[in-house]
Amino acid sequence: MEPGSTSAAGIQKAGGGREIAVKNVSKVFTTDETRTEALRDISLTIREGEFVSIVGPSGCGKSTLLRLIAGLMPVTSGSIEIGGKTVTQPITDVGIVFQKPVLLEWRNALENVLIQPELRGLDPRAYEQRARDLLAAVGLSGFEGAYPRQLSGGMQQRASIARALVHDPSLLLMDEPLGALDALTREQVRVDLEELWLSTGKTVLFITHSIDEAVLLSDRVVIMSPRPGLIDRIIDIDLPRPRGLEGRKASAFKEAEEAITRIFLERGVLKRGQPFAAIHRPGA
Amino acid sequence: MEVSQAQAQSPAASSRPHVKRAGAGARFVAMLKRRQLVLLTLFILLAAWEIAPRALNIPDYLLPPPSQVLTAFLGQWQRTLAATWITTTVMLGGYLIAIVVSIPLALLIVSSRVVEDTVEPIMLVFQVIPKIAIAPLFIVWFGFGYTPKTMLVFLLAFFPITLSAVAGFRAVDPDIMDLARSTGASRWSMFRKIKLPQALPQIFTGLKVGVALASTGAVVAEFIASDRGLGYLLLEWRGELDTPMVFAGVFVISFVGIVVYYAVEAIERITIPWHASQRDPAAMGA
Repeated sequence: MEPGSTSAAGIQKAGGGREIAVKNVSKVFTTDETRTEALRDISLTIREGEFVSIVGPSGCGKSTLLRLIAGLMPVTSGSIEIGGKTVTQPITDVGIVFQKPVLLEWRNALENVLIQPELRGLDPRAYEQRARDLLAAVGLSGFEGAYPRQLSGGMQQRASIARALVHDPSLLLMDEPLGALDALTREQVRVDLEELWLSTGKTVLFITHSIDEAVLLSDRVVIMSPRPGLIDRIIDIDLPRPRGLEGRKASAFKEAEEAITRIFLERGVLKRGQPFAAIHRPGA
Repeated sequence: MEVSQAQAQSPAASSRPHVKRAGAGARFVAMLKRRQLVLLTLFILLAAWEIAPRALNIPDYLLPPPSQVLTAFLGQWQRTLAATWITTTVMLGGYLIAIVVSIPLALLIVSSRVVEDTVEPIMLVFQVIPKIAIAPLFIVWFGFGYTPKTMLVFLLAFFPITLSAVAGFRAVDPDIMDLARSTGASRWSMFRKIKLPQALPQIFTGLKVGVALASTGAVVAEFIASDRGLGYLLLEWRGELDTPMVFAGVFVISFVGIVVYYAVEAIERITIPWHASQRDPAAMGA
């Protein structure tokens, strides 16, 4: 729909100074008894304005990687730089969306979006119109005064996306944001998310379990494998934008999806034909 | 889930206040209607209690009928209420000190690993000590008067309030705290805007448990270490085998407990209406 937005490599903004560089990062969690290697030697560069997805099974450390990039926990070794600056504390030019909406139940949808400027010490009144516009953009116009318990799971998640955007961050970190939604809502929010990205040119790091979602949304898909979490392969998705609901028809979509499925089959993350016939039946 | 979906269809409903305003009289009638089974049960119990001692020839000093209790109370109401006032001040004093100490302590426990590792295990051990058993020590240390009594009330109310506040502060979703950290917010504004409101429902649960313990503490303290107050009078009446007055005293102190309990609940409804209306579907107009 938008001219100039059909480049498969995503929007190239001038400068490109806010590149995210993950360099040989490892993360080990230790308690008194255990030592868990969550990530081993991760290196990844995310260009400014790029939409990058990470797919991988549970326990591959993809959420950990997102938290490391956000500066919410320290790396064990290696380094993460954003725009040339090493991340040592929580970064603030960022919007985060988690799998759960984590709205504040005592605030209505509008107030939940406005918590973001409030916590930043900004005047919430100055952001009210923007918050209303964003709620409308995510399909929640008329629900500004509704409390979280009065909203469905999908609506709550949309409000949390508006909350992540209200301060106009240049980076969006999304940790399985569609994971808890029903299939139809999920499809709609995915399409809306692509629209949003195309019109704003933010850098997005998107974590998902869904191969389908990763391929449809991303410029590049990072495939991770578990225990310890490491990057298995990075696949470029060469599909025109916007991909919308039609993206699945393209042969490039099917090829990419099959390629990723094949990798998961090779790694034993996916298995063909589980041997249920061999399960013992008492008395049979 | 279906309920929330249905409500989500009518956004206008959400901007309406949750509790419909009605006249005090109409609300009282509605309350009576809702509680009619309870009231009926109470009435039957009272009637049975009134009849049983006469029918079974139970002497007054064992089980006086309610009419006797009322008559006895009316005969000594001034003295009883004066004593009740003393007991109430002891109860409220200890209770308020418990609140003022508990909530900052709970916050310290959840925000400092050192305090958590040192204070919390000790607290859990102390919690097991029957506080009433150490009340005689308080007389040794603090003599008679307000101090030992208030201390006992404080000790009884302190544990449930602290533990529930700790649980409340801990129940805050780590994801929302991560989100707050990504805003660069100060610890104070994270506390004020997220942690405290999130913990308030559980804090109030502890406060309500604390009320019952506080009135118990006040009466027991007066049993042990006082020459005044309702606890003291209860012992005196028992000594005189004035059982109707013992019953009257128990009713009066229970009444005080109920009043304080509902006062705390009223504050809860004002402070966290979003929680009260969630717990009580009737208040949402559903």
